[in-house]
Amino acid sequence: MATPTPTLETRDLVVDVPGRPTGRALALGIAPGQVWGVLGPNGAGKTTLLHTLAGLRPPRSGEVLLEGRALPGWRRGALARRLGVVFQERHDDFPATVRETALIGRHPFLSPWQQEGPEDHARAAAALARLDLSHLAERELATLSGGERQRVSLATVLTQAPAIWLADEPTNHLDLHHQVAVMGLLAEQARRGGAVMMCLHDLNLAARWCSHLLLLYPGGEACWGPAEAMLVPAALERLYGQPLTTAWVDGAPVFVPKR
Amino acid sequence: MTDARATPSVLGARLEPLAWLLLAALLAQGVALALGSVSIAPDELFQVLTGGGEALHRTLVLELRLPRSLAAFGTGALLALAGALMQVLLRNPLADPYVLGLSGGASVAALAAMLAGLGTALVGGAAFAGALASTLMVFGLAHGTGSWTPTRMLLTGVVMASGWGAVITFLLAVSPVERLPGMLYWLMGDLAYAGSPWPVLAVAAVALAAMVPLGRTLNVLARGGLQAAALGVAVRPLEWTLYLLASLITAVAVTTAGSVGFVGLMVPHMLRLRLGNDQRLILPASLLAGGTLLTLADTLARTLIAPQQLPVGVITALLGVPTFLYLLHRSR
Repeated sequence: MATPTPTLETRDLVVDVPGRPTGRALALGIAPGQVWGVLGPNGAGKTTLLHTLAGLRPPRSGEVLLEGRALPGWRRGALARRLGVVFQERHDDFPATVRETALIGRHPFLSPWQQEGPEDHARAAAALARLDLSHLAERELATLSGGERQRVSLATVLTQAPAIWLADEPTNHLDLHHQVAVMGLLAEQARRGGAVMMCLHDLNLAARWCSHLLLLYPGGEACWGPAEAMLVPAALERLYGQPLTTAWVDGAPVFVPKR
Repeated sequence: MTDARATPSVLGARLEPLAWLLLAALLAQGVALALGSVSIAPDELFQVLTGGGEALHRTLVLELRLPRSLAAFGTGALLALAGALMQVLLRNPLADPYVLGLSGGASVAALAAMLAGLGTALVGGAAFAGALASTLMVFGLAHGTGSWTPTRMLLTGVVMASGWGAVITFLLAVSPVERLPGMLYWLMGDLAYAGSPWPVLAVAAVALAAMVPLGRTLNVLARGGLQAAALGVAVRPLEWTLYLLASLITAVAVTTAGSVGFVGLMVPHMLRLRLGNDQRLILPASLLAGGTLLTLADTLARTLIAPQQLPVGVITALLGVPTFLYLLHRSR
């Protein structure tokens, strides 16, 4: 089977991690149907990479291409109709309800004079339902738990319905059931022809759900490839500086830290 | 599903509070026109406004009270609108039109003009120039060589404001005693020398017309710069536009009435507690509520201890401080 054409590509990309002299140049190709996991210890540059791929910060060198065109050549609105970002940090300085927050996902699709129409509301409602948030739709963000707030962020991007998802620790604060539900949601986006890239801290979620992995080492080294090739215990132990025990469950490796 | 029905009611929900606020604004104008050294009954006021009535009442209402009450409305509207915009720009619900040192710059220039014995028009011109100079200084300094962040801008403005505060104290200390009352009235805000109301009203209308199509974009910007950029907002140009517009309309307000405090901070904040934070509602609502509040405050200022007049800023602060503290105490 031929490899599908990547929608998001990097050429000689070195992300601009403050205080790091240099790093391995990344030549990634993220294609429809793929679920990429970015693994690495704290401070390895996972979030910086994700923001660089979204065009939210300039790379130190190299370039990011969306549909073959370098990011600076895209208008922000056009970019936002194709590429969605789930942020790890949020700024809820002003009051807003859960429904309003999901609905801003439609912003890139509306002209300045346009009001949100029935279709926009229906999309937001469907996204809220998909993330078990319908009963919280009229609640203020400030009254939500961390996990509920995290699901609202995912619902915003689901309302945006981009072809490419860049998710920064999408399972943060989620309980076990919702972690699995969210990984299922992201995998479903890929099955429907989307492409997903997410930063993760949970090796086992990565092993279960990701088709490709990118390992970012603290010094700027990196390696990437299909998940089964990357899930080598020795490489993962070096990545985190943490000895691991490997078990096999349902044909997938499970990594448990040694005490 | 409820959602198909939700759409028209969203627009309706936005129009209803605006209709009430418009009614309040009109009533406030009526009160301002009726009250004063000579009180005018509602039916007499109606006759005057429709072209009849006694000659004395006509002069009183149309030539003295109406320009002043409209100027009060326009100034309050501008201050509240500027406050709402600054709060989104700095992603800080406690920002106000003066937080970036703008009123300090205007005050220093206006007091210096008074000290030099210049007339009302030149004092106004100096205030406008001082406000814009301070704006550009804060912007240049906050921009600097590093990254522009709301926090950095806020800090620059706050420090600048305290610098201006010191210069104001210095100017007051060296001024001859007979000039001090005028200076103090200017510092507290005073509509007695407001002049024609049309500049403030026109600027308020233009600013609102410019901001309403940006309403949804501002909603997204309120969620943070990165989130807004990820949803397709060109953040930097938008922030520049906001900053320049908010500064310009504050400068116009300060030039008209001196530095009236608390309207810009309090009005958007109070409205947000009741109406949420949809800028498409909050911006026009701030304009109406700010205008209403300053109209009423100015009416109190010229009637409370008549024939003497109080600076209107005293009234807004005396009303504003306890109201604000109460709301803040009651919120989370």
